[in-house]
Amino acid sequence: MKFISFFDVIGPNMIGPSSSHTAGAVAIGNMAAKLFKNTIKKVTFTLYGSFAQTYYGHGTDRALLGGVMGFLPSDERIVNAFEEAEKREIQFEYLIDHKTKTGHPNTADIYMEAEDGTSQTIRGESLGGGKIRITNIDGIDVDFTGEYSTLVIRHEDRPGIVAHISAELANNNVNIAFMKVFRKKMRVEAYTVVESDEKITGEVMEHLYKNSGIDKVLLIQI
Amino acid sequence: MNFDSGAELLNLCREHQIPVSEVMKQRELQHGAVSEEVFEQKMTEIMEIMSNSAHRPLSDVRKSIGGLIGGEASGLKDYSEKHQELCGKVLSLAMVYAMAVLECNASMGLIVAAPTAGSSGVVPGVLLAMKEALGLGTEEFRKGLLNASAIGYLAMRNASVAGAEAGCQAEVGVASAMAASAAVELMGGSPEMCLQAASLSLSNLLGLVCDPVGGFVENPCQSRNVIGVANALTCAQLALSGITHINSFDDMLAVMLKVGGSLPSELRETALGGNAIGKTACERCKGRK
Repeated sequence: MKFISFFDVIGPNMIGPSSSHTAGAVAIGNMAAKLFKNTIKKVTFTLYGSFAQTYYGHGTDRALLGGVMGFLPSDERIVNAFEEAEKREIQFEYLIDHKTKTGHPNTADIYMEAEDGTSQTIRGESLGGGKIRITNIDGIDVDFTGEYSTLVIRHEDRPGIVAHISAELANNNVNIAFMKVFRKKMRVEAYTVVESDEKITGEVMEHLYKNSGIDKVLLIQI
Repeated sequence: MNFDSGAELLNLCREHQIPVSEVMKQRELQHGAVSEEVFEQKMTEIMEIMSNSAHRPLSDVRKSIGGLIGGEASGLKDYSEKHQELCGKVLSLAMVYAMAVLECNASMGLIVAAPTAGSSGVVPGVLLAMKEALGLGTEEFRKGLLNASAIGYLAMRNASVAGAEAGCQAEVGVASAMAASAAVELMGGSPEMCLQAASLSLSNLLGLVCDPVGGFVENPCQSRNVIGVANALTCAQLALSGITHINSFDDMLAVMLKVGGSLPSELRETALGGNAIGKTACERCKGRK
């Protein structure tokens, strides 16, 4: 069981009204922006389930947008997220999907596009109490929370890649808390997600790239 | 120093001859992720946010985003400043602050979840009212928060604080137990009395349903926070006088969780039962997105 701290009970410090529909939505936006890394010029949010039904009275729309602009759940600018996005010349739109069934009632997809046309879509779920998890990146099912230092590695689906990843982490003294492999297509493309208690340095990322089968490494530092 | 139950918490208090707040502080410093300096800074920030969220809606009234509440706290304050004969100073103030925090929350203001956003008015309501009406200092406020967090931690660990899982008894009920325990320690009661007050609080709100009108954290949440502070103060008074509850605190958490599981899903934050389906409420909600 994870340690429940004073700050888990008396906290989080958050913009209301709901830890799941507001603070959690901000956190999903934060993670999306951290994964994308580029400067977002255009963003489309698709809201499902309870998010689709009750986003209006919970400010979920503003919370998601504030999140992708990097605002924390306690940032008072969230209430003015629409105006802030316009100032930054970010185009944003919302699609309300009442039909599609998702794994969790509080689910959102975030499609992000940069000036140069590169794009990424992530799916996040708000689990309650401001906690979230990311369940899909560009069509590939993944599963991580962002509570740990997280490496998301896109690579070829062939023997030896996972061994390379774990060896490089061991060489750099990174203790693996959780490691999961998700495959998109046999022998073509897979994602490995590694979560660790320790800080993972940029140097580790460079070492990972030494294997030609590794295509892209994303790091989310706690 | 750590504990997984109310019984273990009381043992630590007895063994080291320290109050609940001190056990919680040492637990945090030994096992938590931050240094004492950072802990104190974060605690100061929490107290500031709590105070701001309880005061801002009294002078700067904003409508909630769901449109169901706004302005109640300042109206209540005006009334209770002129008429304190009914509820007395501490309770009158605690009611105002609890209502105000929920207004701040519902208008997308900054609050501290304690333990949740929907129940965020109870703990600051009681502590700020005691601070103001009884002249308690900042140090007492810190102790109050630490004490309250011990109760909340055990509820999170061994039961639930989610309305969707166990109804409002798990949100306002737990917040009320937290505030009751804190009030006992600040009034000089023993650790045993703290847990008795928490047990009585949980018992009195047992079965309380979560039935947000329109699905918004507004109504009846705002006035439910008032029953949270009233219940906390009265249960603290019971415990301080030596009255005990028939079940231990650990047993009360188990009882509360079991009752929560027995509540139909309509009464667990789905907005499909209770106040949410009352005719008048449904008419108020019509036409809103």
